[in-house]
Amino acid sequence: MGDYSAEVISNIDRDFIANYLDAGKRIDGRAFNEARNTEIELDVVAAKAEGSALVHLGDTSVIAGVKVLLGDPYADSPDKGVMMVTAELAPLASPLFELGPPKEPAIELARVVDRGVRESEMIDTSELCIEPGKKVYMVFADVYPLDYDGNLIDASSLAVAAALHTAKFDEYKWEDGKAVPTGKKLDLPIRNSAVEVTVSRIGRHLVMDPSLKEEMVQDCRLTMAIDKNDKLRAMQKGGGSGPLTLDEIEASMTMAIDRAQDLHKLLDATIKARKKK
Amino acid sequence: MSPETKPDFLINPEGLRIDGRRTDEMRPIELKVGVLKQADGSASIRQGNTYILAAVYGPRELHPRHLTINDRAYLRCVYRMMTFSVPDRKRPAPSRREREISMVIANALKPALFLQDYPRAVVDVFIQVVQADGGTRCAAINAASLALADAGIPMKTLVPAVAVGKAEGKLLVDLGDEEDKYGGGDVPMAMLGTTGDITLLQQDGSFAKEELMEAMGMGVTAMKYILELQKEALKSAYTKKVAVEGEELDEYEDDLETDLGEAEIAGEEDE
Repeated sequence: MGDYSAEVISNIDRDFIANYLDAGKRIDGRAFNEARNTEIELDVVAAKAEGSALVHLGDTSVIAGVKVLLGDPYADSPDKGVMMVTAELAPLASPLFELGPPKEPAIELARVVDRGVRESEMIDTSELCIEPGKKVYMVFADVYPLDYDGNLIDASSLAVAAALHTAKFDEYKWEDGKAVPTGKKLDLPIRNSAVEVTVSRIGRHLVMDPSLKEEMVQDCRLTMAIDKNDKLRAMQKGGGSGPLTLDEIEASMTMAIDRAQDLHKLLDATIKARKKK
Repeated sequence: MSPETKPDFLINPEGLRIDGRRTDEMRPIELKVGVLKQADGSASIRQGNTYILAAVYGPRELHPRHLTINDRAYLRCVYRMMTFSVPDRKRPAPSRREREISMVIANALKPALFLQDYPRAVVDVFIQVVQADGGTRCAAINAASLALADAGIPMKTLVPAVAVGKAEGKLLVDLGDEEDKYGGGDVPMAMLGTTGDITLLQQDGSFAKEELMEAMGMGVTAMKYILELQKEALKSAYTKKVAVEGEELDEYEDDLETDLGEAEIAGEEDE
């Protein structure tokens, strides 16, 4: 139960974390390339959301819900549906989050998670069209952290992927100039899957899946969206202005690809277990 | 997006409600205390399909400062619904409805708190509706009251809440979503657990005076039941903690374990 009145950490803590890393240790005892215990719970909003998932990443937890609505297509893509990720850092999740309209961290979180979904072509938006130029499906994946203990991006990306993979929505067809429900349920047109993995640089050390304290002392972080074929689909350097060397970037990628394979396995196994039920 | 249709009847010929309940029967309620790690106090409630989380932070420094009250703490309640908690996607910006409900929840909880112990500070109560299926403001109060206790905020009593109402001429306890939308009236209420004083009262629909008094009487009975559930939830959350922490509380540990044991045995007999 932290009582951080602002996003600051004492010099003692800062030195402690740095010295520990120099000695080859992390404050919570993890190896440098080790992520925290990761769990996915599906269908936590089964009665109202089209798809939903709750992800625990150590003491960080995030809920993602998918809504599918009918809407007008954008003028520049009349035959494509809309896929959008939003995030709200509700103050319920951390003493660091404040009330009010979304600030930079919430916007970055939503955009980075959105880019992972979009750039990996997870959803084929051309199959989300009901009538070109008239009506399309609009898919919203909305993210709410419930407990913030660092690395919201990875937890959110996994929750969004799980919610999208398991979403079911009402089918509509175009009849006499309007969209009418057919009574059938559809799965989203999933074509790929990507998960985001964040590596943080603290001093000259690279650590996988930073906890909140590690985030507070990090020089920067690098988030990579990695698909099932180990391809990098999106990246974001953020969380501070510290530079990265090319060697550090390469080492981060190697760490992230290993972790992404584990996450893809976890996601597949979770979805498979649900189908059996 | 699932299109909502009005049900043919809210009470069937056998006198049972749309989800099979009797008129005076509540939905199953599950209360949990200490569900969030970052918050100073937290609780969750599942009441039928309604699912709500409440977190309490404070007493802590108040920002923005102009809201400061010099002789007591400011109780800031914020009730919000997640975008996917309702059939249509709720727009992410706070709505007028959410603001009003936040205010009535604060008013329902305030009389139970010793806010004068913390002048100039704020006690934040953040409520997120994860899934809405009727009765969310009352469920929110049930959870928020537990989260305040979990945060160690000095309180006179817990605050149970329930919505009573009417459909097809019958008085109902703990309205579900359809009963709220298509029924003949909705009366959300909350009370102080010790005195029974009413701290939340709203009404819509149409009631005769006698009818409304009877409905409120049913509400009070239901709230007394919820109060017992709240006490049990608090007790079981702290029984576990005592067991983990160990020795210095040993003399109490035995008592609490006995209590829990009896509760479990009673539960098994019921089934």
